[in-house]
Amino acid sequence: MSDVDVALRVNGTEHDLTVDARTTLLDALRDRLGLTGTKKGCDRGQCGACTILVEGRRINSCLALAVAHQGAEILTIEGLATGDDLHPLQRVFVKHDAFQCGYCTPGQICSALALLDEAERGWPSAVTEDLATTAITLDDEEIRERMSGNLCRCAAYVNIVAAIRELAGA
Amino acid sequence: MSTAQPVVGAPVDRVDGPLKVTGAARYAYEHPVRDVAYAVGVLSTIAKGRIVAVDVSAARALDGVLGVLWHENAPRLQTDDAELQVLQSDAVAFCGQFVAVVVAATPQIARHAAALVEVRYVQEPHDVVLSADRSDLDVPPGEDVDSDDGDVEAGRAQASVIVDRTYTTPAEHNNPIEAHATIAIWEGVDRLTLYDSNQGSHNIRDDVADAFGLEGEQVRVISPYVGGAFGSKLFTHAHVVLTAMAARAVQRPVKLELTRRQMFSLVGYRTPTIQRVNLAADDDGRLTAIEHHVVLQVSMLKDLTEDLAARPTRMMYAGPNRRTSHRVARLDLPPPTIMRAPGEAQGSFALESAMDELAIECGIDPVELRIRNEPGTDPDSGLPFSSRGLVECLKQGAERFGWQPRDVAPHGRLEGRWLVGTGVAASAYPAGRGQATATIRAAGGGRYHVQIDASDIGTGAWTVLTQIAADALEVGIDDVTLEIGDSALPRARAAGGSQGTASWGTAIVHATRKLREENASEATADAGDNPYTDQYAMYAHGAQFVEVRVDADTREVRVPRMVGVFAVGRVLNAKTTRSQLLGGMTWGLSMALLEESVLDARYGDCVNDDLAEYHVAVNADVAEIDVGWIDEDDPYVNPMGAKGVGEIGIVGTAAAVANAVHHATGVRVRDLPITLDKLLRAD
Repeated sequence: MSDVDVALRVNGTEHDLTVDARTTLLDALRDRLGLTGTKKGCDRGQCGACTILVEGRRINSCLALAVAHQGAEILTIEGLATGDDLHPLQRVFVKHDAFQCGYCTPGQICSALALLDEAERGWPSAVTEDLATTAITLDDEEIRERMSGNLCRCAAYVNIVAAIRELAGA
Repeated sequence: MSTAQPVVGAPVDRVDGPLKVTGAARYAYEHPVRDVAYAVGVLSTIAKGRIVAVDVSAARALDGVLGVLWHENAPRLQTDDAELQVLQSDAVAFCGQFVAVVVAATPQIARHAAALVEVRYVQEPHDVVLSADRSDLDVPPGEDVDSDDGDVEAGRAQASVIVDRTYTTPAEHNNPIEAHATIAIWEGVDRLTLYDSNQGSHNIRDDVADAFGLEGEQVRVISPYVGGAFGSKLFTHAHVVLTAMAARAVQRPVKLELTRRQMFSLVGYRTPTIQRVNLAADDDGRLTAIEHHVVLQVSMLKDLTEDLAARPTRMMYAGPNRRTSHRVARLDLPPPTIMRAPGEAQGSFALESAMDELAIECGIDPVELRIRNEPGTDPDSGLPFSSRGLVECLKQGAERFGWQPRDVAPHGRLEGRWLVGTGVAASAYPAGRGQATATIRAAGGGRYHVQIDASDIGTGAWTVLTQIAADALEVGIDDVTLEIGDSALPRARAAGGSQGTASWGTAIVHATRKLREENASEATADAGDNPYTDQYAMYAHGAQFVEVRVDADTREVRVPRMVGVFAVGRVLNAKTTRSQLLGGMTWGLSMALLEESVLDARYGDCVNDDLAEYHVAVNADVAEIDVGWIDEDDPYVNPMGAKGVGEIGIVGTAAAVANAVHHATGVRVRDLPITLDKLLRAD
């Protein structure tokens, strides 16, 4: 298989890599860059554990090829805290005990980060009554719907919703 | 000695929280190891037969492939555990069994190469269908498989109401989100280090040492963080041995992570059950005879006798006449394993559904029916209960839920397009404890190091054990440094059976006591046996209340509201305890409505072997869950007075959902999960 050079911009740092062209963005992060905060749960886009932000949007990094993201701005869980200062989402996840084993947690938090932005932009979800509205109220139902791409087998869902709601101000 | 504020009981944030929310906690696959190679397994595509040829030429021809192992060239193992005898013969015992492994320099090459291995088989007819009519059902090994007390026939003869029903539960897969993974590193031929995802490092250490003919001390298993387990990581599975074997063969460190699909055949599942329950009662609803007979499955490879689903039926309700039994079918299927409340989860669905049916037959409120059948002492052992809060849980739960007023008759309430119903069930789970050893070392300046090979699979052990140690030592939690998840630490039982905290916490309390008594700087102590085991029956209890809404046309079932009230002794951490109970109740909802591993009998494999097709509850499936507990003082279970909380939350929950669905629709679903087709078919 052919190797390809790719420059990945992760959490503000550029990494020059030569990867097997079949390498997913997830495997590039975990196996090549040692950024193991992004998790592999299913490797087929079904569990959400590998959720990261690319150009500000959440994606399943197991379904993305590293070579397809040359130069893109990538944000992973390692890029959220500032030193020992946790990001507000990380703080509310701890406060509300919004995880148990912690394995799906980085994906949940990255997903929640994008969710807050999507609501801010007025993007509707499947449960938004008025699709024309630009003012999304992130109530429990909206949060549940928008977080349902991230499985939590420990089933911390009630606490995940409480954590996100605290920041959503709903 | 400082006079630190006691922290046990407080809703302390997880001490491992910051590591987990920043992605810094390292799970098995993630430990950096130099020069590591990647292994990918090749799995059998038949359920029974023999391998006649393995062609590895195409795989070996790929650049970067370091080795291929199959039964003809694999090193010989010494284990007696048939599940762990990986690549030891040409026999295939189930579909999805390891038949080869490829090791390569990158995971991409290893995966490619694994797909190029060609295996030819001679297939034999397989036998994979569980049924209660099989003539070969066998008595499983072990004690207490059957019970027969009083005179069931005489009890039934006195009865005015009899409910005789059959309930079934499907196979279910544990599906922790972190896939099972192992890194194996050999130093020479007699020292092995494993980074592994498991529920007890000593368990893994002992089995792997056995397989390679080593002493336990020659193997070290490191597992500080585990991404969920729920039973599937309690016992050693074949991939752990295979990884060590592969590393030895290529003389490099090797890591192997199972794919999600491979987890459907290689790390166990909850056995399906077929359960017949016969309840006989007098006019007042008092049980005159209780029968519960269970049929389970195991693999031809080995037995497993954890899922004794009728066992709780021996202690739940009063009644002098009672009979229970368990029979197994040995099938050409993967070995089942334990899964959150093994036995209790399935058994409580049957018993608590039958109690609901009995309540309706008798015209008695189902909460009241359970209270009327409350036993004074444990009907099974005859011992008094160390504490039994079931009635209090039922009463407080009914109050919190707003159980009354409730029409006994089903199918009575339509709100918009929703049929609304409510259901209740009772829960019990043994409050046991096992062996554990802890070492406490004074580190100066009022600081202490606590060492114990406990395991935190998401339960909160990192936090709760720190709290227990801090209180026992009368210091703050910041003064305690805890080390767990490493077989180099003092041996302790694995995380399982809701016994972790009880066992590990007791060892820590005992070590503290010894440190004090000997005025020493270091002390090691065991949990020891519980002196009250022969004097009291020890269980946690709970009551589950559920509201369901069923779409009048599509029969889609939604669960807007659940209330669980539990009697779990002293709550050690109000935050993590609530989370465990929430998790268990959500598992019950998931079991009731979603989870089912579908067998294709033609091939003996699981059809829905990924997370898109095997449904677990997602965020949108779960709405309001109110968790509470009663004040319960139990000085007999352990020095902390705490009962395990990992499993009680799932016990009974599926029945409460099924009972609510019946109340909403008038349709009694006795075969889980409760899917639309079963509700529509009944109309």
